[in-house]
Amino acid sequence: MADFETHQYDVVVVGAGGAGLRAAIEASAEGARTALVCKSLLGKAHTVMAEGGIAAAMGNVYPEDNWKVHFRDTMRGGKMMNDWRMAQIHAQEAPERVHELERWGALFDRTDDGRILQRDFGGHRYARLAHVGDRTGLEMIRTLQNNAVHRGIDVFMECTITRLLTSEAGISGAFGYWRESGRFVAFSAPAVVLATGGIGKAFKVTSNSWEYTGDGHFLALTVGADLIDMEFVQFHPTGMVWPPSVRGILVTEGVRGDGGVLRNSLGDRFMFEYIPEMFRTETAETEEEADRWYTDKKNARRTPDLLPRDEVARAINSEVKAGRGSPHGGVFLDISSRRDADYIRRRLPSMYHQFKELADIDITTAPMEVGPTCHYMMGGVRVDPETQQSTVPGLFAAGEVAGGMHGANRLGGNSLSDLVVFGMLAGRHAAEHSTASGSPAPVPEEVLDGHAEEALAPFNEHGEENPYSIQNDLQECMSSLVGIIRTESEMLEALDRLKVFKERLARVHVEGHRQYNPGWHLALDLRSLLTVSECIARAALERQESRGAQTRDDFPTTDDQWGKRRVVIRQQDGEVVVSQEPLSEMPEELRQLVEEEG
Amino acid sequence: MSEAVTLRIWRGDAEGGEFREYQTSTSEGEVILDVIHRIQAEQANDLAVRWNCKAGKCGSCSAEVDGKPCLLCMTRMDLFETDETITVAPLKAFPVSRDLVTDVSLNYELAKKVPPFNPVPPEPDGTYRMQQIDIERVQEFHKCIECFLCQNVCHVIRDHDDNKKHFAGPRLFIRVASLDMHPLDATDRKDLLADELGLGMCNITKCCTEVCPENIRITDNAIIPLKERVVSRRYDPVVWLGRKLRSRT
Repeated sequence: MADFETHQYDVVVVGAGGAGLRAAIEASAEGARTALVCKSLLGKAHTVMAEGGIAAAMGNVYPEDNWKVHFRDTMRGGKMMNDWRMAQIHAQEAPERVHELERWGALFDRTDDGRILQRDFGGHRYARLAHVGDRTGLEMIRTLQNNAVHRGIDVFMECTITRLLTSEAGISGAFGYWRESGRFVAFSAPAVVLATGGIGKAFKVTSNSWEYTGDGHFLALTVGADLIDMEFVQFHPTGMVWPPSVRGILVTEGVRGDGGVLRNSLGDRFMFEYIPEMFRTETAETEEEADRWYTDKKNARRTPDLLPRDEVARAINSEVKAGRGSPHGGVFLDISSRRDADYIRRRLPSMYHQFKELADIDITTAPMEVGPTCHYMMGGVRVDPETQQSTVPGLFAAGEVAGGMHGANRLGGNSLSDLVVFGMLAGRHAAEHSTASGSPAPVPEEVLDGHAEEALAPFNEHGEENPYSIQNDLQECMSSLVGIIRTESEMLEALDRLKVFKERLARVHVEGHRQYNPGWHLALDLRSLLTVSECIARAALERQESRGAQTRDDFPTTDDQWGKRRVVIRQQDGEVVVSQEPLSEMPEELRQLVEEEG
Repeated sequence: MSEAVTLRIWRGDAEGGEFREYQTSTSEGEVILDVIHRIQAEQANDLAVRWNCKAGKCGSCSAEVDGKPCLLCMTRMDLFETDETITVAPLKAFPVSRDLVTDVSLNYELAKKVPPFNPVPPEPDGTYRMQQIDIERVQEFHKCIECFLCQNVCHVIRDHDDNKKHFAGPRLFIRVASLDMHPLDATDRKDLLADELGLGMCNITKCCTEVCPENIRITDNAIIPLKERVVSRRYDPVVWLGRKLRSRT
């Protein structure tokens, strides 16, 4: 048998961003022996990069705000594809989760009367995002991290899970390796919470780091869980475009929330030309009205610069295609001519720093150049909205890896709130499941040996493929063929190429030994990345309409029939299988909320 | 537009290692992490380097470039002359795991020693009121991205391995300061600072402040005020007498 260490826990949480940390804290508070396993050091997960804020209808700036308005904005932003119950729970619970962060030591920026200040963001009717300048994610992850540290949660840092373990009863644990030593580790646990984040590394231009390779999506799929909404990949409208080495790094929507506007090379505020019917009644028609809105929400409507992200990303794409882009293939995002330098530095300190250091641009005196960047996966593991349990008993998912909450397009600020709202639910119900089900049956040694052997395959002497080349080619393929604008012929070509990448991965070869070997780590991550890429292409091909983040050149309009259907992905006999299912009906009182005019 | 560049990168593990030279190219606007990634992808697939955000927000990619501690993702290539060989080494104050990756677990162990945030009771409505001006100092400390560069350059740690047992270092002092100056926190950590975290060993040379990529004024705003708080507690004659008397009963 292969050499590996074993551990027994009640709950194993995979991923230590906001959702994983919040799940681990809750599971531990419920009395579960909890392990938190993460690919990077603690506190480095993508949550740390979230900038703008956490959406919660606390009504501190606009007393008119409440969960119903937040729910409405979320559903409309998601083009009605959201799981309505998740959107409802999210809108109702978010304020309490924000207050909880404050009770745990987070220091959000304040209103004049000493309460938590809230800022404007895309698609939100009222100023709703609790924030700390433009580094809200750092505040959140550190608060959760500090809280978790004192609860006796065992943290397995720089440890990657490669397989979930199952028995007939459902989940029985997880298998992985320590990145530093390359040694294997097997966890026995009746409940596993996936909180692994997204899939951004499938694309060339992305705001995501090396970690976001769809591990949780892959792990869930391989043990029989359903994935939903995989066609909906969010391209954030404003990533940096210059210099090339920083292309894709996020520029917070807070720039526009705080008064910044988008302009093309002619100097026009082009977003006025791209207001879709769905948002016409709630969007300003003139620049004068849009500018007034920042201070007078009652008598003016929202600037189209703050339309939901899918709309803005498509508009930027169109402007660049029409030849009205900036010198480096983006558009201009200008706050320098609209707000004074002190205000910009105070509200957007890390944007100021980021542009100054990496692009030699002073954003208080010059516009930024921005363009779309792959940012967020709306699709993911299908979960029960009340418990976050997947279709596999004992397997839970929360945060970006879970599907349903955001529908066809996520509103900015709804991710940080999603993490803590559903992270908590996942942790609680995983602990309950663990108590109810007791210790899982031991996993046969030959199964573990098989997982170890599989993980070591890239050291095979006979391979010749470089993992970095495969990843690079995959990113090119997904960006050019399954990107912002999609069409059948291109996606079919992508699927053909994906088959070739899989063959190449079977011939991958990594140099060196098992100790902290990034080439080896990438070779293993590529398995997940290729599988989720296929899921995205297959789901996008299936949905023959344009809706939210899915834009089909060959089906350019939304289709009411498709508006009632969800694309579901499962694995059968090792193959990805696509099907369609009806969306669940929203109760009448919620339907009325959503259909209210703006 | 690309230019040739030579990097000397330390390769090895806890047992030992050596600098190896790599020739590659660099193009406009790149940071040194881009060049290391190019070497990793094309010449040394197993070259170990930590990174995540690549935008100076996560603090993963700390290393020493030409002897200067920095974040690899924020160190631009145009700082160097084109004919110059650039030397990249792992952080000196921490044990090497492999190549540019060091074992920084000590910092996480130390963090467990700091008693957690302990809030006063909230307002009747269950929430808190704080003025912006009262939280700005602590918000400055909350900017810390845990890159541990301050720990790496601190003489107390860097030059005296034994001190690691008795000295928490600038990162942890920032953490304690952020709790001690938090308007809502009710726990006293001054004895801990003096007795267990070794605050007195800091001789305020400000190396930590100089290297902080978040420009946190570690020495002036955190360490010196903490020292003053400890001093006024320990050496104020009235407080001292009170403590003596209490400890006898």
